[in-house]
Amino acid sequence: MSERAALRVGIDVGGTNTDAVVLDAAGRVVAKVKRPTTPDVTGGLCAALDAVLAAIPDPRQVTRVMLGTTHATNAILERRSLGRVAVLRLGAPATTSVPPLSDWPEDLRAAVVAGTAIVRGGRFVDGREIAPLDEDAIRRFLAETPADAVAVTGVFSPAGADQELRVREIVREELGDVPVSLSHEIGTLGLLERENATVLNAALYGVAREVTAALEAALAARGLAVETFFAQNDGTLMSVEYAARYPVLTIGSGPANSLRGAAHLSGVADAIVADVGGTSTDLGVLVAGFPRESSAAVEIGGVTTNFRMPDILSIALGGGTIIDTLGDPREAPRSVGYRVATEALVFGGSTPTMTDAAVAAGRGSVGTRPVPAEARDRLTAAVRVADELIADAVDRVSLGKADLPLVAVGGAAFLLPDRIPGVREVLRPAHSEVANAVGAAIALAGGRFETIVPAARDAAERAASLESAKEEAAARAVAAGADPASVRIVELSEIPLSYLPEPAVRLHVKAAGPLAGMP
Amino acid sequence: MMARITMDDVGALARGCAVLGTGGGGDVRTAAIAARRTISAYGEVPLVSLEELDPDALVLPLSGIGAPTVSHEMIAAAEEPVRIRDEVERVFGRPPAAVMSSEIGGANGVAPVAWAARLGLPLLDADAMGRAFPEVQMVSMNVAGIPPTPVVMADAVGNVVTIRPVDGVWSERIARAVCVAAGSSALMADYILTAGELARGVIRGTVRRAIGIGRATQGARDPLAALIAELGAARLITGKLTELERRTTGGFARGTVVIEGTGEDRGRRLTVEIQNENLVAIENDRVRAIVPDLITIVDTLTASAIQTENLRYGQRVTVIAWPCDPLWRTPEGLKIAGPRAFGYDLDHLPVETIAP
Repeated sequence: MSERAALRVGIDVGGTNTDAVVLDAAGRVVAKVKRPTTPDVTGGLCAALDAVLAAIPDPRQVTRVMLGTTHATNAILERRSLGRVAVLRLGAPATTSVPPLSDWPEDLRAAVVAGTAIVRGGRFVDGREIAPLDEDAIRRFLAETPADAVAVTGVFSPAGADQELRVREIVREELGDVPVSLSHEIGTLGLLERENATVLNAALYGVAREVTAALEAALAARGLAVETFFAQNDGTLMSVEYAARYPVLTIGSGPANSLRGAAHLSGVADAIVADVGGTSTDLGVLVAGFPRESSAAVEIGGVTTNFRMPDILSIALGGGTIIDTLGDPREAPRSVGYRVATEALVFGGSTPTMTDAAVAAGRGSVGTRPVPAEARDRLTAAVRVADELIADAVDRVSLGKADLPLVAVGGAAFLLPDRIPGVREVLRPAHSEVANAVGAAIALAGGRFETIVPAARDAAERAASLESAKEEAAARAVAAGADPASVRIVELSEIPLSYLPEPAVRLHVKAAGPLAGMP
Repeated sequence: MMARITMDDVGALARGCAVLGTGGGGDVRTAAIAARRTISAYGEVPLVSLEELDPDALVLPLSGIGAPTVSHEMIAAAEEPVRIRDEVERVFGRPPAAVMSSEIGGANGVAPVAWAARLGLPLLDADAMGRAFPEVQMVSMNVAGIPPTPVVMADAVGNVVTIRPVDGVWSERIARAVCVAAGSSALMADYILTAGELARGVIRGTVRRAIGIGRATQGARDPLAALIAELGAARLITGKLTELERRTTGGFARGTVVIEGTGEDRGRRLTVEIQNENLVAIENDRVRAIVPDLITIVDTLTASAIQTENLRYGQRVTVIAWPCDPLWRTPEGLKIAGPRAFGYDLDHLPVETIAP
């Protein structure tokens, strides 16, 4: 068993490359590969899987495969493989001034919507019903609206989910096993944004099934009997069954994986992480080993949503950045992207890039030929501009805290200087070029719970509501695959809501733990 | 030819209303979605001046009141303006002829397009603040000494309430109580007057002005310069947000923001006091701009206005300030919405005389 339980594979699909690693039981990297990401995603994924399995003596020692993928994001961006959704809002007679999906791009709407209805239901901020749930109207709508999935969004459901849960029962009675997305499980306060995320989630059930089937077929074809997990946007994992219910949570897993991988490889839990790729650098912050999250609205494929994502500052600076396009504050620099390996001067090409600039500055020995002498002045100037851009971005994400280390990861991390203003030290751990795949492989299973409760009148009441929120988050982590014995609360916030007649508090709890059965 | 607010104007209007919101007035995004969708369902909205209306024509000033957290979740019912219109017709014996925004700054500057479209009425090119203010008595009609009565409110479930308050302060107090009972979000009409009566009590041209502000900055090579030129504003500082302190007291989100200068402003430091809106800008213990003059914090690159709740450490911002409507600088205007109405023991000094 000890040998069988030893290895896990982490795969992360990025915009340019699909990276794969094999980790042993102690979390050491024993194999790593990079393969180009293919338009269908699955092709590049299989190529990376094959290559990394070929690099280890006995692939049968692999027991788990963790996947961070862009299938869901791409499906939304390309309006492809999306299911048709019956969109149900519980809130009439309120909310009718803005019907569901009013702000969606027309083509995405056409691809996703089977029908929409606003039925009587929902709750006021103080918990009273706006109207009793109109079950007859719901049954009529479901009967008239053939759909692949149902999305249900109730007004103030994050503070009380009973009506949404009741609608799920009604869907079961009427339509059998047609999947249902409930908004209180997906997003937070802000009706339109939460509704949008819930509908996207419902539209992605088919994509989730396709990806799972493709991955399982690929694993079976390679003789692997393994458990599979998907990376989610907060840097934790979810089981295949859980991902099948919440596919929208896979969106944004890439940056989260890279942050978690940086923590693992460097051994620091609190740090700034800069992931330098071919066209951009993503900066994020690790707090106690997890990505700091943003509650700002996130746009996906032209649709505004409000589910939590890692707080990432992306700047247009990468290994392929064309130096002549740097330095104009009003226009984003351009990049040669993956063609850097043919177009950069150090690879015999004719475009001076940031890769050339970094080599000229002695920061890396990349390429097949030396930097041409006549380009040196321009390259030196470009390094100065780039270093200022990095220092500026670091200052923004650090919120003025000057004592954090910076972990440099990604394929072009050599661009970064060894000293950055506002940073204690720059860490360059081994295997940092595949930090994202490492992050997928080492992640814990996680769950989160968000609710709104009346502000506690005393300590006992507060303790009781915190306890029940913690229990719910832990239960969700276990549902995602965590070992019940070792789940812990990794994040807890209590935010008082202003302007309300009765004080109320938004509770957000995140729980995570090692995968069940993990040594 | 009669001017119309088209689908195409909504984005510019929303952008301009955000600038005139001086950090408050609520998020314009949901209101813009409602405006576009209502125009597409009911048609474009004629934009009229007071002079284009019959002096006896009834004007319906409308505004959403309540907690932003609530209106972002429990979105308004489409029928709320219809119920108010019907009640006004019962009370006055005739229907209103035009809708007016009570507050051009923020969401209440954009939503009236949806309300007017729904009612099939023109929108008056005027409002009662010329900016955003936190309380319903801080309106131009109150400055002009006109009583608010009657006040008509409609909520999301269909309740309609008519109030006859004795003055603007009582109007605020009772309307707030009704709003709380209605779930902390409601639509309100007050100062329902004829076009002739309103002539001495509104701020004119503010809808066109908001659209103009939005248009000037959209797609401009240098949006910030375009915005400053369009407003005739003073640039108080360009720099980085380095300190942000928030406190919620008495239902208001108060706070202090510090911006440290960058580039040509390096070495300078501006403090902005906020209470829902940006109210006072101070540098070296000297006031550089103060309410009721307008102070807006914009993103330096895009010139988009930043709402006070969206201010974050590290943002690259420019603080601009420009004069309010002259009506707010009269003794009565300053009594209602001057520095002391917000608890600052400071005199109002015109921004054009004190800005750097």
